[in-house]
Amino acid sequence: MSNKLIDIVNVSKSYGENLVLNNLNLYIRENEFLTLLGPSGCGKTTLLRILGGFESPNTGEVIFDGKDITELAPNKRQLNTVFQKYALFPNMTIAENIAFGLKIKGKSKGYIEDKIRYALKLVNLDGFEERMPDSLSGGQQQRIAIARAIVNEPKVLLLDEPLGALDLKLRQDMQYELIRLKNELGITFVYVTHDQEEALTMSDTIVVMNQGNIQQIGTPEDIYNEPQNAFVADFIGESNIFSAIMVEDKLVKIQGVKFPCVDTGFGKNKPVDAVIRPEDVDLVKPKKGLMQGIVTSLIFKGVHYEMDVMANGYEWLVHSTDMFPVGTEVGIKVDPFDIQIMKKPKSEDAEAVSIEE
Amino acid sequence: MKNKDRKIKRLFAGPYMIWSAGFIIIPLLMIFYYGLTDNDGHFTFNNIARITTPENLKALGLALLLSIISTAICLILAYPLCMILTNLGVNQSSFIVLIFILPMWMNSLLRTLAWQNLLERNGIINIILDFLHLPPLEIINTPYAIILGMVYDFLPFMVLPIYNVLSKIDSDIIAAARDLGANSVQTFLRIILPLSVPGIISGVTMVFVPSLTTFVISDLLGGSKILLIGNVIEQEFKQGSNWHSGSGMSLVLMIFIIFSMALIAKYDKEGEGTAF
Repeated sequence: MSNKLIDIVNVSKSYGENLVLNNLNLYIRENEFLTLLGPSGCGKTTLLRILGGFESPNTGEVIFDGKDITELAPNKRQLNTVFQKYALFPNMTIAENIAFGLKIKGKSKGYIEDKIRYALKLVNLDGFEERMPDSLSGGQQQRIAIARAIVNEPKVLLLDEPLGALDLKLRQDMQYELIRLKNELGITFVYVTHDQEEALTMSDTIVVMNQGNIQQIGTPEDIYNEPQNAFVADFIGESNIFSAIMVEDKLVKIQGVKFPCVDTGFGKNKPVDAVIRPEDVDLVKPKKGLMQGIVTSLIFKGVHYEMDVMANGYEWLVHSTDMFPVGTEVGIKVDPFDIQIMKKPKSEDAEAVSIEE
Repeated sequence: MKNKDRKIKRLFAGPYMIWSAGFIIIPLLMIFYYGLTDNDGHFTFNNIARITTPENLKALGLALLLSIISTAICLILAYPLCMILTNLGVNQSSFIVLIFILPMWMNSLLRTLAWQNLLERNGIINIILDFLHLPPLEIINTPYAIILGMVYDFLPFMVLPIYNVLSKIDSDIIAAARDLGANSVQTFLRIILPLSVPGIISGVTMVFVPSLTTFVISDLLGGSKILLIGNVIEQEFKQGSNWHSGSGMSLVLMIFIIFSMALIAKYDKEGEGTAF
């Protein structure tokens, strides 16, 4: 996980007036599971299509293994794509589908047969050679689409929301299957999704995108625990986001109440955004809390209870294994290291999104 | 309750059943009856055998030849057009498709008469050519004029089914083929063409069948000298008032039509599955 395999340099793309990718810079390392995560319309699929060669950027370059491939046709690239709706060839059997790329490359019959058998075993669909695509379930079709891509031994596999059309249980199974596949094959995966849980489960690196801009690049832990701005905090998991004032180092004023925190270097009396994850809010006896509030809603979620606590005119979202009935007066306490302080977004765009969300 | 529902549904099917019995099934049976009997009502194959006379065989052969050529021309014109249409935006392509369908709203007899006027020895095209000091176009009353008429009249029937299948091919499937290493020619030959076979088959049938049976186009654009099998049958009915031999030859023609219909049915049943 060291070498840069793909380097995306200053890539911009717009359709007419509509700017889809805004001067993007990103590198993808060898053998990495990188996820492009963002809401629909954030440009993640467009970026994937640029990598695959189905779109070309207005400006900027895509460097693959040291070579500029920006204008290279898709069939000349050493990467393969798994499409969102599988895109199996309906006029061919499963075996013919998997063999397609190899036949084009003029591989021998024996080699192709071996590869088909190997690929079907890898995706747990042995014996499906002679079936037609439309006789398979969605999950099976998706696995064939993956098999069809990997037999070509690409250096990079591009996956465009491949699990989007599957039901929840199947999606979770496929997530583990994809991780296993990636480890067995040892190739780079570039994965596009809008599902934050999927991204957190599978990725080595997550790239959070919004409105054509990269919001944050980091490991799943970084992204979840140290969101760099309100958009990321809000998009990844649930969170309480406050407009706050950084009074001084290690002290932040939220809703008029001073909370000790661990962040430094924001200056004195500077407006910031403060993020507190719902599971990090401790509910205690009213007098023991830094703030007092009243429980306004209680929902049992299985692993934990989800509660809304009204305090100082703001509804705090709280996840706790302790249950407080609606109407209970509670105190709110937050450990200093559980408060994440972020700079206010610079651009108006990002601001608009954080308010709208 | 369900039984009642079913009865009501059957009631609604009634008018169509009466229609098809009165205007499709009974006439068809009459053709069979006339085709297989002589003037005295005795069973005979003589009417059908009349197709083997040299003049009639020549008419059938010429009809087959001209309709095959017209169908081929229609296919060659329509396929690339449909490829282009599929790649256009929805607004543009539906506008162009509309232009293609528009002539179908006019009577085909009228359109063929218009061609007669255009192509005539002193017709509009030749007046223009003469004005430009170019040699006159002399194709009226030749098989070329008949082919022109067939292609003009039946081209929309080729365009629509092919455009339909091509526009239904998921663009991701084409992208997938490219992604797996196929260049644009390979993508066309291995993916697009096989997937469009059902459209080609129905387009071919929709052009071939009316071309084979037409007598209007050959009458108006071929003069009375060029006889196609349609003209022969028409003459039997109208001039000869011989319903028996006319029906007999219609039965022969029907065999060709049933054959091409069977071809469609075969590909419809197999769907896009094994069209490769």
